Amino acid sequence: MATLTSSRPAARPARRSAGLTPVRERAQRPSFWPTAILLLGALYCLFPVLWVLIASTKSAGELFSTFTLAPSTHLWDNITELSAYRDGVFWRWMANTALYAGVGGLLSVVVSAMAGYGLAKFRFAGKSAIFNIILAGVLVPGVVLAIPQYLLLAQVGLTNTYWSVLLPSIISPYGIYLARIYAAASVPDDVLEAARTDGAREWRVFTSISMPMMVPGLVTVFLFQFVAIWNNFMLPYIMLGDDRLFPLTVGLSGLLNQGASQPAMYTSVITGALLSILPLAALFLTLQRYWQVDLAAGAVKA
Amino acid sequence: MTTTEPRATTPAPPASVEPRRPRRRRTLAPYVYLAPAMTLFTLFLALPIGYAVYLSLRTVKVSGLGLGSGARQEVWAGFSNYSRALGDPEFLASVGRVALYGLVLVPTMLGLALLFALLLDAKRTGVKGFSRVSIFLPYAVPSVIASLLWGFLYLPRVSPFEYVAESLGLPTADVLSSNVILFAIANIGLWGGVGFNMIVIYTALKAIPQELYEAARLDGATERGIAWRIKIPIVAPSLILTFLFSMIATLQVFAEPTTLRPLTNTISTTWSPLMKVYRDAFTRDDIYSAAATSVVIALATFVLSFGFLRLVQRRAFAQENG
Repeated sequence: MATLTSSRPAARPARRSAGLTPVRERAQRPSFWPTAILLLGALYCLFPVLWVLIASTKSAGELFSTFTLAPSTHLWDNITELSAYRDGVFWRWMANTALYAGVGGLLSVVVSAMAGYGLAKFRFAGKSAIFNIILAGVLVPGVVLAIPQYLLLAQVGLTNTYWSVLLPSIISPYGIYLARIYAAASVPDDVLEAARTDGAREWRVFTSISMPMMVPGLVTVFLFQFVAIWNNFMLPYIMLGDDRLFPLTVGLSGLLNQGASQPAMYTSVITGALLSILPLAALFLTLQRYWQVDLAAGAVKA
Repeated sequence: MTTTEPRATTPAPPASVEPRRPRRRRTLAPYVYLAPAMTLFTLFLALPIGYAVYLSLRTVKVSGLGLGSGARQEVWAGFSNYSRALGDPEFLASVGRVALYGLVLVPTMLGLALLFALLLDAKRTGVKGFSRVSIFLPYAVPSVIASLLWGFLYLPRVSPFEYVAESLGLPTADVLSSNVILFAIANIGLWGGVGFNMIVIYTALKAIPQELYEAARLDGATERGIAWRIKIPIVAPSLILTFLFSMIATLQVFAEPTTLRPLTNTISTTWSPLMKVYRDAFTRDDIYSAAATSVVIALATFVLSFGFLRLVQRRAFAQENG
């Protein structure tokens, strides 16, 4: 132990400054097996995406006759055909999904940020009880709630409306949990104290001091909720009957159901699948740095 | 607490008065911050749970021929819905399937996620950026779309695997047949989940101070030794949590088998417990036994994840102190 501590200060600057010593160079050259295994994993994950990219260029006849990975030239035809299906209901599904995920995600962030901030920065009666209840909520399987939620919303006549999918999506116990951790870690108490001593109102302290400090963490909360709503199937599947209110997941699943009886629909399903992957994939690639999730510490590092 | 001291030294008299006023004002503030969340929580979590429990204890009694408005009456049923749900062979079969599904999926998924995360973290691995993004990409694909993509890849007439096997003269296996459908669905879950879990574990790995490795290397430890003796023990809490989250997710499997159903006749309407809940509630109009079954599933989830709750609470809020 003694040798370690004494040699460390000497070893580190040496490594940093002389970055091209033979030792370091050897360490940087990729070795075969780790790289190969990782590439194999990447290939496995990319393959279905590659397939849908190719399959969506095929006409209905080619889909079942030509080699699976041989591309064709009918992508545009397929898109027009899909767009023509029931007066362009597919694009409505796309817009609905963006609405559910975008608006639901934003409202969820606001609600979670307020609750998380309240829990992290104040002492009050019932604080730990409220937090425990919320934590228990993280564990409630959301899909188990869907049926009683449906029955309750049916009693107030809200099923088969945008509200029936939007409202249950706003509350996110996991989002509140993350927001609390983020508020605790990123908003210093003395900054709040100073603002209050200067006479700032409580709400102003929150909106113009605390919120900006929490933004990196809140982006992650938003992404989590956005993806959760975008991917949700059971809630809209149960709540909605009118296909003009469907999100992509429910719409495409219904389209596949029709394909079972008329295989010509399959090209539309495949093209729809491709188009519905693109927006979220783009979002992921552009916001990559926010996807660093430390579940155990709960903290989200940006 | 120590930060207030330097400020108190300069304006001594007001400091003792000032903090008092905001403190009294603040007593209401946290409740205001929590009000929207608690309102929504009550309406869309607590109330539905309560309602499900209530319904699970009720049933409909049909008198006479069951005609007319007064003929169907809702009455208390005690625990009869529960005993019916727990004794239902279809329910037990679905639980058995999902348990096997979880046993296949969760260890495979987390094993691969850990392997990929360790490789990403290792010094001598190439193409890290590309691999990380590629493996994470399926998380952006909704499980319905993922099932759709894999469903087509499983279809004998479309599948490239089938094509290759045929042209090589190998025997072809129908992935959608009843023997392997469970693995086919587990593969979809694996594809969709491995990247997210990899990122979780990778984030935990990156938080480990580099000094630990340098110390170990000076002691002559190999990269593999470092992975086994330092990295894996340190990320163990993340592994436990990803394990529990994955278990909860497998209990709820619904979208994948539901989406695959049109492509094969080997998936019954009660393949997973939640599919049975759905069928009971909406196809059979028996919301009472559906409610009882969902309460049973929720309780099972709670029992499974109680350990998680305690673990998280102990670890997470050290930096907040009060």
